Amino acid sequence: MSTDLPVLKATDFASDQDIRWCPGCGDYSILAQMKKMLPNLGLPLEQIVFVSGIGCSSRFPYYMNTYGMHSIHGRAPAVATGLRVSRPDLKVFVITGDGDSLSIGGNHFIHLLRRNVDVTLVLFNNRIYGLTKGQYSPTSPEGQVTKSTPMGAVDHPLNPISVALAAEATFIARSVDSQVKHLAEVLYRAAMHRGTSVVEVYQNCNVFNDGAWDYAKNRASRADATLELQHGKPLIFGKDRDKGIRLNGFTPEVVELGSGVSQDDLLFHDEQSDSALVHILAKMRHPEFPEPIGVLRDVQHEIFEDQVRGQIDAAVTKKGPGDLQALFHSGDTWDVA
Amino acid sequence: MSQDVTQTNSAKQVEVVSGITVRLAGDSGDGMQLLGTQLTNTSALSGNDVATFPDFPAEIRAPRGTRAGVSGFQVQFASHTVHTPGDTLDALVAMNPAALITNYEDLRPGGLLIVDEDSFDDKDLKLANLTVSPLEEPWIENYRLAKVPITKLTREAVSDLGLSVKECDRCRNFFAMGLIYWLYGRSMDATLRFIESKFAKLPAVQQANERALRAGWAFGETTELLGVSYQVESASLPPGKYRNIMGNQALAWGLMTAAQLSQKELFYGSYPITPASDILHELCKYKNFGVCTFQAEDEIAAVCAAIGAAYGGSMAVTTSSGPGIALKAEAMGLAVMIELPLLVIDVQRGGPSTGLPTKTEQADLLQLLHGRNGEAPVPILAARSPGDCFDTAIEAWRIATQFMIPVVILSDGYIANGAEPWAIPEVSRLSPIEIRHPEGVAEGETFLPYARDENLARPWAIPGTPGLMHRVGGLEKQDGTGNVSYDADNHQHMTNVRAQKVANVANFIPPQTVSGPESGSLLVLSWGGTYGACHTAVARAQQDGLSVAHCHLRHMNPFPANLGEILTRYENVLIPELNSGQLRTLIRSKYLVDAEGFNKMQGKPFSVTELVERIQRLATSQSDQLVMQSRAG
Repeated sequence: MSTDLPVLKATDFASDQDIRWCPGCGDYSILAQMKKMLPNLGLPLEQIVFVSGIGCSSRFPYYMNTYGMHSIHGRAPAVATGLRVSRPDLKVFVITGDGDSLSIGGNHFIHLLRRNVDVTLVLFNNRIYGLTKGQYSPTSPEGQVTKSTPMGAVDHPLNPISVALAAEATFIARSVDSQVKHLAEVLYRAAMHRGTSVVEVYQNCNVFNDGAWDYAKNRASRADATLELQHGKPLIFGKDRDKGIRLNGFTPEVVELGSGVSQDDLLFHDEQSDSALVHILAKMRHPEFPEPIGVLRDVQHEIFEDQVRGQIDAAVTKKGPGDLQALFHSGDTWDVA
Repeated sequence: MSQDVTQTNSAKQVEVVSGITVRLAGDSGDGMQLLGTQLTNTSALSGNDVATFPDFPAEIRAPRGTRAGVSGFQVQFASHTVHTPGDTLDALVAMNPAALITNYEDLRPGGLLIVDEDSFDDKDLKLANLTVSPLEEPWIENYRLAKVPITKLTREAVSDLGLSVKECDRCRNFFAMGLIYWLYGRSMDATLRFIESKFAKLPAVQQANERALRAGWAFGETTELLGVSYQVESASLPPGKYRNIMGNQALAWGLMTAAQLSQKELFYGSYPITPASDILHELCKYKNFGVCTFQAEDEIAAVCAAIGAAYGGSMAVTTSSGPGIALKAEAMGLAVMIELPLLVIDVQRGGPSTGLPTKTEQADLLQLLHGRNGEAPVPILAARSPGDCFDTAIEAWRIATQFMIPVVILSDGYIANGAEPWAIPEVSRLSPIEIRHPEGVAEGETFLPYARDENLARPWAIPGTPGLMHRVGGLEKQDGTGNVSYDADNHQHMTNVRAQKVANVANFIPPQTVSGPESGSLLVLSWGGTYGACHTAVARAQQDGLSVAHCHLRHMNPFPANLGEILTRYENVLIPELNSGQLRTLIRSKYLVDAEGFNKMQGKPFSVTELVERIQRLATSQSDQLVMQSRAG
């Protein structure tokens, strides 16, 4: 960080626009944690770009005093890819929702991840279409009654973490809108990751899907319903931290600590593991299991834009900078007098 | 090998002709496209003017020997200026019965028909769905038939090289080429050089192709089947250095040149689609020019990535054909709304839906003009010939950056794959494209991302610039601040501004020109890739004494400012289009001119003959016209 850079505060990241989310929306908390986290990156405002798609969450860029683009439905990953490849000096965030990135934009989502473009993607998962007033989304559970599923949704939901794993994203994390400290830490780690970082945030839509994540948010239930991952540490959870996850073959099981089960018998979390363990974590869903929150995967791989630009540099080194006149005269030419 | 002086002077009788149209037809695996490209190149190098028409099936390899698998390449080379690949053929080479039966009708009576007689056995006939050999049909008498055992002679020529029969037979096209080169007095040098470099890693194949080529030439010189060879003298093109260029290649080079003229990095987002993919293939060869090509996951990602790059300050381009353009429509609307420069190139093909992927058509004009939600006007330019694609690309980028707007370029399958001699421009003499990026605001002032200059263009402030942080997006913008606005009057105002911006382009482009009489009985109004056919047809009608003028449009939106006035000077306006009347609809509604259409939807370009016939029906003779004018005067 250069020494003459002014130290920014969270308020420096607020634009002059009124925020128009519903009162009580989980988006407020994510916006607040983002603004709180950003000064820690040590980047000037003009170095940061927020790109979003369509949906409630995608209004996010308007509220940030950075560069930004509110693009079209599902396409933010593509816009961000073009921007990063042409401007690798910028820090680019993608703000998206469950409908935006897993339905209409599902294709761009997976291709962003498999290319490992250096952007931080925050997926606001509220399991509903909020801006269009309450239709079921690709993460709505089976049976959910919504405006468009009066007899219950029949399609099986997508698990964003599993999709991200299938696309071999290099950084995958999960947090909860109301767990502000955890969220800010996860966002910071995601932003510091080099490569595509995906953060799924359990976000409450208090108007159209209130309580969708109650089990993970409630003081009473969350200690038992979630499991905070820590690299190198055993998977322990519960209000009294007396429960853990043990592997039985390829199947995880919840065990009580004590009575013959020690911490050493538990599964240990390894963010850098390339094994199938992370898939097991992804498949741990409520209510059978506590749902893991925190960083599930954090590995290093070459980023797309470095490779693209590397080829350009290599071509210049090998052939010299392009000369149009020489190109036009290459091959067979003839003179007309 | 290339040092050898190849014999091009025949000892036989040589007849000098002004131009030749020849079509090479065979199975899509027979290498007809390669043969055609070589003939084109060689003819251009010998100083002829050339125009080409490759015509191939959408299937990569349709069943061998069938009519569906026939691939053709037509070339016209002449000692005068040519603008089309020719209507009727002086010579047809047919490598099998399917190629013969699907092409012979275009051969003029008395024209030369060369067939590979080894490919006309019962099996070959059956594959072509024939019970009687065409060589035994009565109509074959209309042509000068040369039955050449091409397969047998090729095999003999390469017999001692240890190649398989299949490999030997792959050299048949070079034998045919040698024969054609003899027939038209072409030098084999360029093709020998091509063989040498193309097959450098396969010495046996290299040698075989060279031998086949020379054997074909020698056969022509010795056979009694062909008594005469032909000589086509050099054409009198304007002085300069020339090369051959194809439309897609010229587009790619034009884009690279525009990037250099504007000191921008070229970001090219694309998804494979026929017939536009060759632009991607061409551009990705030139990374050392700083060209950044991005093969996206789909058409939408291709245009969206380009929009992202445009926001970052690059020269952003996306290309496709009709179906892909349909997918890009929403994103193009975003580019209109956020007022960023972007080039969208549509290499049109037959539609609707998947349509005729390898055939040409001009039916996307209205899609590009109107095919977006809301009112989202964009300037549209149409290239008229392979070489013109180069200039069109540069002009489009000039407009896009002057007006901060996405600009559409229309090409089509015909000019994309067609080739013509191209006078190589002097890059240093092309005028630079000036682009300004604001660098900051004065102390105490607020940056207005939607402030407007004299063109109504907004500033192109790019991320990384301190103090100019701003947000763009698809929601309606308040003019000036760029903030989201649902205000009724603002929406009306912004709609008008977006329209006016495009209208202002008319003041930026050159006035429309007309070739032929300044007034009279008939004006032929054409656009895009039909230029060659329309120009030639009008010239022919003028030679026949008809009062007819030609006006060819490049600027499809907005129209040149003087177009309306031009249209009033002629009694009739004929609009030939390879669609059902899209330009005609626009002309009628904008200028209230009762223009007549000549429309063709066959996946093929216009023939000069059919245009001339149509012109003859509408135009009066020049002398009659003069009498009428003097009476009116």
